[in-house]
Amino acid sequence: MKGVSLAVPAGEIHALLGENGAGKSTLMNILFGMPVIRETGGYTGEILLDGRPIRFGSPGEAIEAGIGMVHQEFMLLPGFRIAENIKLNREPARRTLLSRVLGRGFERVDQRRMREDARRALDRVGLGVDEWLPVAGLPVGHMQFVEIAREVDKEQLRVLIFDEPTAVLTESEAERLLTTMREFARSGVAVLFITHRLEEVRAIADRATVLRDGEVVGVVDPKTTTVVRIAEMMVGRPAAEVAGRRVFPPGAEAALTIEHLRVDMPGEPVEDVSLVVRRGEILGIGGLAGQGKIGIANGVMGLYPANGRVVFDGRELLLNRPREALERGLAFVSEDRRGVGLLGEESVELNIALSALEAQGRFLHAFPVAALQPLDQYALRSHAEGMIRDLDIRTTGPAQQVRRLSGGNQQKVCLARAMTLRPRVLFVSEPTRGIDVGAKARVLEILTRLNREEGVTLVLTSSELAELRALCDRIAIIYRGRVETILPPDAPDAAFGLAMAGEEHAA
Amino acid sequence: MKLPAALREFGLPRLLIAAFLAALFAVAVATKMNLAILVEDCIARVARNGILVLALLPAIQGGLGLNFGLPVGIICGLIGCVVALNSGIPGVAGVATAMGIGVGLAVPVGAAYGWLLNRTRGQEMMVGTYLGFALVSGMSIFWLLAPFHNPTLVWAIGGKGLRTTLSLGGIYDKILDRWLAFDFGGVTIPTGALLAFLGLCGVVWLFFRTRMGITIAAARSNPRFAMAAGISDERTRVQAAVLTTVLGAIGIVVYSQSFGFVQLYTAPLLMAFPAIACILIGGATVSRATIGNVLLGTILFQSILTTALPVTSQVIEGDISETARLIIQNGMILYALTRVSK
Repeated sequence: MKGVSLAVPAGEIHALLGENGAGKSTLMNILFGMPVIRETGGYTGEILLDGRPIRFGSPGEAIEAGIGMVHQEFMLLPGFRIAENIKLNREPARRTLLSRVLGRGFERVDQRRMREDARRALDRVGLGVDEWLPVAGLPVGHMQFVEIAREVDKEQLRVLIFDEPTAVLTESEAERLLTTMREFARSGVAVLFITHRLEEVRAIADRATVLRDGEVVGVVDPKTTTVVRIAEMMVGRPAAEVAGRRVFPPGAEAALTIEHLRVDMPGEPVEDVSLVVRRGEILGIGGLAGQGKIGIANGVMGLYPANGRVVFDGRELLLNRPREALERGLAFVSEDRRGVGLLGEESVELNIALSALEAQGRFLHAFPVAALQPLDQYALRSHAEGMIRDLDIRTTGPAQQVRRLSGGNQQKVCLARAMTLRPRVLFVSEPTRGIDVGAKARVLEILTRLNREEGVTLVLTSSELAELRALCDRIAIIYRGRVETILPPDAPDAAFGLAMAGEEHAA
Repeated sequence: MKLPAALREFGLPRLLIAAFLAALFAVAVATKMNLAILVEDCIARVARNGILVLALLPAIQGGLGLNFGLPVGIICGLIGCVVALNSGIPGVAGVATAMGIGVGLAVPVGAAYGWLLNRTRGQEMMVGTYLGFALVSGMSIFWLLAPFHNPTLVWAIGGKGLRTTLSLGGIYDKILDRWLAFDFGGVTIPTGALLAFLGLCGVVWLFFRTRMGITIAAARSNPRFAMAAGISDERTRVQAAVLTTVLGAIGIVVYSQSFGFVQLYTAPLLMAFPAIACILIGGATVSRATIGNVLLGTILFQSILTTALPVTSQVIEGDISETARLIIQNGMILYALTRVSK
């Protein structure tokens, strides 16, 4: 983030808009004194609260000063009751004999007052459930309101931050939340509201600040600015050079047909996706975080429970069987490089060969018992050396441990493993996440070459729109687990912005 | 502390233990003890215990942690021994019968053990410990009631139930130890048992370079990666459990022929602990072990056990070797568990 300024008067609802990685959460983490900021290098600049400069070392200090935050991930203790969660560490307590001697930790919790306080807070946010129920088992919408009630209950609340509070709510719950937010503002609290839903911003925010790549693009009055304009501001990159985009006629041969795919992937659920991937094309899958774009490849490859129908090469693909997918000629470079993509402890050469060794029985000497076929060290080594040369993997040699490589080179190892499988359709998710600029260009070049020269059909999932637009022939935008629309890479910025906000039809 | 890279690789605990061992030998030399006997004992014990230590390796490489359930395999081997003794087959054929039956039992039992560990994921070491304890106690009843009638095996009085210690004298006592045994500067080398140990080390080393072995190690190293590569880590864990149990069965047969006795009832109860201490002293961790760790650890730990008793009794009145053994053994296990990382 660089040079961001922002002023929120008391009683205002201020929306913070931007794509993933624009810096919204970073800003809020700074405000709330989250330790992650200090751990990753801290910040420079000044924050004033009621005219006084502040600098929080921990969320505790921020709460003390009157800043509340409703987190994107719930910060609730599932085994505790609602009232206990609301009053956690702020329990009303009576002094006891023991506490006189041993200090505050031994005061007795006043359960009646705790319940009353919790009740009042819950009523304010309009949640009618019994405050004595445990949090575990509540519907997510209710958990969100418990979280808000906890902030409401804090006296001397000056600033309340909502980090995508409506992402997990149903329409009517979201409606109620917005009403609650208005009431807060009326009572003199400054409300900071992070969201991806432009309609909500228009409905409720007094002003909106748009961030892009860590900078403020502009402050607008959402009531008088069109959604299209806001979307443009959010995306607004100079259109990347569209390198030799090809148009595949709708009747072109399908390499892979996905019908009504549903994937149960936590954080990236896919509800109902139907897509046709045409032979030889590069299909992009885009969308904001949490909308389900990541889940599609994971579902087809059998890594997360999925149902629906996937037809590959004219035959139906059995879902939930990673092995079947590999054996049929699909391959996947996962977005989760460290978690799924690599054996960090093992050598570069083994990482490159392992999937092919496992699924296709390559790099093995002959032996009567298939399971006991010994490794063909020579074939392994020469294959790895070839890949290291072709993909320009910077390593001390094929025997080096993969975890000692840089992120970019690890990604190349992942690509090398997928290429070793000689797939006909290759899924690549977030190919350039967390790698440096040089390696980025190289990885994209490898992907293009793979598609153009080897004829591998690519399904490229990425949070970086610019990347998708530079590489893909078509780009499907996923919103709420469904295909919102499919756009050509040279479609206007606003079209992408709107589709990602789920407002394709609003324009 | 700054150590040269080579020494750091070797590890501080191993340095200390090696230094301790060197000190013991220094004292032995200074007090003019019979070094040949000392060295001979050390080698014999390495050969005797080696396979039991090796048995832990597949469990660690398969993601099951330290196999505190080693007695499961040991009991399979003991049943093999008892059946072989009962039928009175002497010599090599007797050892082969014991091993054959032990391994035959260990395969299904190991698979069941693996199944249990899959149901109790994340607590392999604790489950293994208690399963071992429970099984040893259960088997005590079996030894009492089992239908063996060979008079050399059952209690002399009453004629029912196996004795706690069965002598192998004249049957296959030291049959491997004596095979190709030779003298080297006054030290008798138990060639057969050493070859059995080293040979099995070679087999295990080779195994982890086969398709199945690589798969097992990969699933341990990163279960989610394995899944993405089409590997079922439940299956590889069962395979690892079978292997560790089979090696445990072979290990106890080799152990008993060298020791000269088959020990029943509660004897297997604590047998996993010294083996675990060995492999840890050798530099293995809860999640990674090599053949080198097995060899080095067995030599260091067993040598200390062997030399500590005579040397300390030479120097001071009384015996602290058992105490020293327990401190080193359990201290080593504790040390390894504090260093579990993930």
